[in-house]
Amino acid sequence: MRQTIRNTSVLALASTLALAGCSASGDGDGGTADTADGGGDTITVMYQRTEGVTALDELFNRIKPEFEAANDGVTVELQPIEAAEDDYATQLALAQQSASTAPDVFYEDTFRVRSDVEAGYLLNLDEYVAEWEDWDQFNEGARGAGRGDDGSTYAIPLGTDTRGIWYSEPLLEAAGVTLPWQPENWQDILDTAEQIKAYDPESVPFHMYAGKPAGEGTLMQSFLPLLYGTEDRLYDEESQTWNTGTQGFKDALTFLDTLYDDGYAVPVEEALDANLWQTIFDTRLPDAKLGGVVEGSYGASFWQQGGPFEWPEYADSIGVAAFPTQNGQAPGRVSMSGGWTLAVGAQSDAPDLAFEFLTLAMNFENSLAYTVENSQIAVRDDVAGDPSYLEANPYVKFFTDLVEVTNFRPATADYPRISAQIQEATEQVVTGAAEPAEAAAAYDDALVRIVGADGVSGS
Amino acid sequence: MRILPLVPAVLLLLLFMAGPVLWSLYGSFTNAALTGPNAQNPQWIGLDNYSRLLEDPDFPRSVLLTVVFVLLSAVVGQNILGMALALLMSRASGGVSALIGGVVVSAWVLPEIVAAFVMYAFFTGEGTLDQLLGLVGVDGPNWLFVAPMFAVILANIWRGTAFSMMVYRASLDDVPPELVEAAQIDGASPTQRLFRITLPVIKSTIATNLMLTTLQTLSVFTLIFVMTAGGPSNRSMTLPLLAYEEAFNFLDVGYGTAIATVMLVVGALSSVVYIRMLRPGKD
Repeated sequence: MRQTIRNTSVLALASTLALAGCSASGDGDGGTADTADGGGDTITVMYQRTEGVTALDELFNRIKPEFEAANDGVTVELQPIEAAEDDYATQLALAQQSASTAPDVFYEDTFRVRSDVEAGYLLNLDEYVAEWEDWDQFNEGARGAGRGDDGSTYAIPLGTDTRGIWYSEPLLEAAGVTLPWQPENWQDILDTAEQIKAYDPESVPFHMYAGKPAGEGTLMQSFLPLLYGTEDRLYDEESQTWNTGTQGFKDALTFLDTLYDDGYAVPVEEALDANLWQTIFDTRLPDAKLGGVVEGSYGASFWQQGGPFEWPEYADSIGVAAFPTQNGQAPGRVSMSGGWTLAVGAQSDAPDLAFEFLTLAMNFENSLAYTVENSQIAVRDDVAGDPSYLEANPYVKFFTDLVEVTNFRPATADYPRISAQIQEATEQVVTGAAEPAEAAAAYDDALVRIVGADGVSGS
Repeated sequence: MRILPLVPAVLLLLLFMAGPVLWSLYGSFTNAALTGPNAQNPQWIGLDNYSRLLEDPDFPRSVLLTVVFVLLSAVVGQNILGMALALLMSRASGGVSALIGGVVVSAWVLPEIVAAFVMYAFFTGEGTLDQLLGLVGVDGPNWLFVAPMFAVILANIWRGTAFSMMVYRASLDDVPPELVEAAQIDGASPTQRLFRITLPVIKSTIATNLMLTTLQTLSVFTLIFVMTAGGPSNRSMTLPLLAYEEAFNFLDVGYGTAIATVMLVVGALSSVVYIRMLRPGKD
């Protein structure tokens, strides 16, 4: 019934909103900084909370009384959305349609920032950060993630992440793989997977996400690490056009096709379950039934004390390796980085209060606690230099070092819709509905529909 | 003055029916979106969404899947099964009739979301169906993955048959018994009595029921969304699912409303067909 967990969360949305009525609604039970019954202001905070995503919920619940005590008459109304990432984004976008439902402070994925700035949902924070002394602590790379196309700052990064392979040491060892394992190219991964499969046909040797249900995970933990390990890229920064017809795109799809067709990945009907990642951290890796998976640097947070799938002995059983480039070409390793931010609503009635709440949530102590608890890669220099950050889990140094070879998604307003098309292409390939070349051609067509013929390059 | 009592109803209809319909129609001529520049300033783009529909490979497939879904689950499944049950129940003893009726209607009284979960648990890998198959030594697959349309069609038949059954039970009571007896005395076989007497007498009920089940099935969303979410690889992506995906997953509201408008037209056209069937004097 796992898939249904995701589905229920959207049903409320689906059943209450007719397609037509969604773009404007005048009512709403007052969720914003309207002067509320108590006579003071209300700050609404919207964020994602699921079984596996709890760190932010804990942070906000901790600072809510502190903020209310410091600001007389102000009420903080927390509005957690229980949904998968994509559904959260939809609910947030729907809430933004009316000033009466738009939140004052909200949790926003970095890859949606530019697109949502264009949509007018995010308040320009230039004046605010200029007077915020902590802003100097944020490193330049992280600041860039919160900028709009106009160069202004619209969102404050909570943390960033990198990606690598998490593998089960007991399973690999039993299969005769030399530890520590570090594949040098894609073929190494397939060879090792074959070795594991030969040892235990019941196990899942090596998984990478695919399809629409995994959402952005399909891009960040699967398709993009593959593509960025070839000679090709998704987007040409210089000419600001999207690449079509590249060999790398087809090669990445072909690799996924092989992984699923040869039975190395999770069977495709289980792979198309939005909650697959939870079973990976909850049972598959702890039970040594999964050889390896490409996942984010935040992986350890799920097993730590207080995490959703507590597993005190994880450090004894789990190894990490960098994802290799296609043929081992320089720099030999590849990673993707993203991360989440906090932003202030453009329609907020009390932007000053909203930003104050945001700075409280992201001061040194709270940033450190959040970064450690959520196994983020620090974006504040003072947090990065704190001993408790480096000691948070055995993998912090490994994943922080991956920053050297990491890549970022194209920071354009069109990216979210293009991402959806790539998810579709991977789903077509792994379900056998299309060959890699066909799926790549369909993607090229979709690309032209989204960005226009002028926005693409290549054959 | 005799119209006066109708005014509140007409106002409500205008507000809650015509309003959204017109709004949807308007939206389908714009590039309204939930993110990006068009979220702030949607522009009038004329028929672009509709011409895009014609070029979109997902659209004809969705239309086909919707037609298959409506034909098999509503027109054939619910109607024929509902009619068969009604006929059998009219002959069965009171106890049996009440028992069967209760079982069938229970699927109808379940809230759609609950019925959808039940069907998900039934068809999913190692679900109820596979466990039943396991009893006879068959290793069943995940039906939602290998045969998504088969699963959602059966689910919709299971859920909707009670409606047709109840409609037909009520109408069968209206067939004059003396007519049937007269035919029986004249030597008409049971099949002849059914096709020559019973069905022609309840013809208008059949047409009404066909129209209602068609319209209901055309807009089935929750059932399919919970069971397959339109997947895998869009193999159960009927029009309501496609409209939802475009509007709320791809955040392209204008395009989503264009698909919704097409559904509206399809529904309206099928209603016209059925209403024509209902016209008196065309026996």
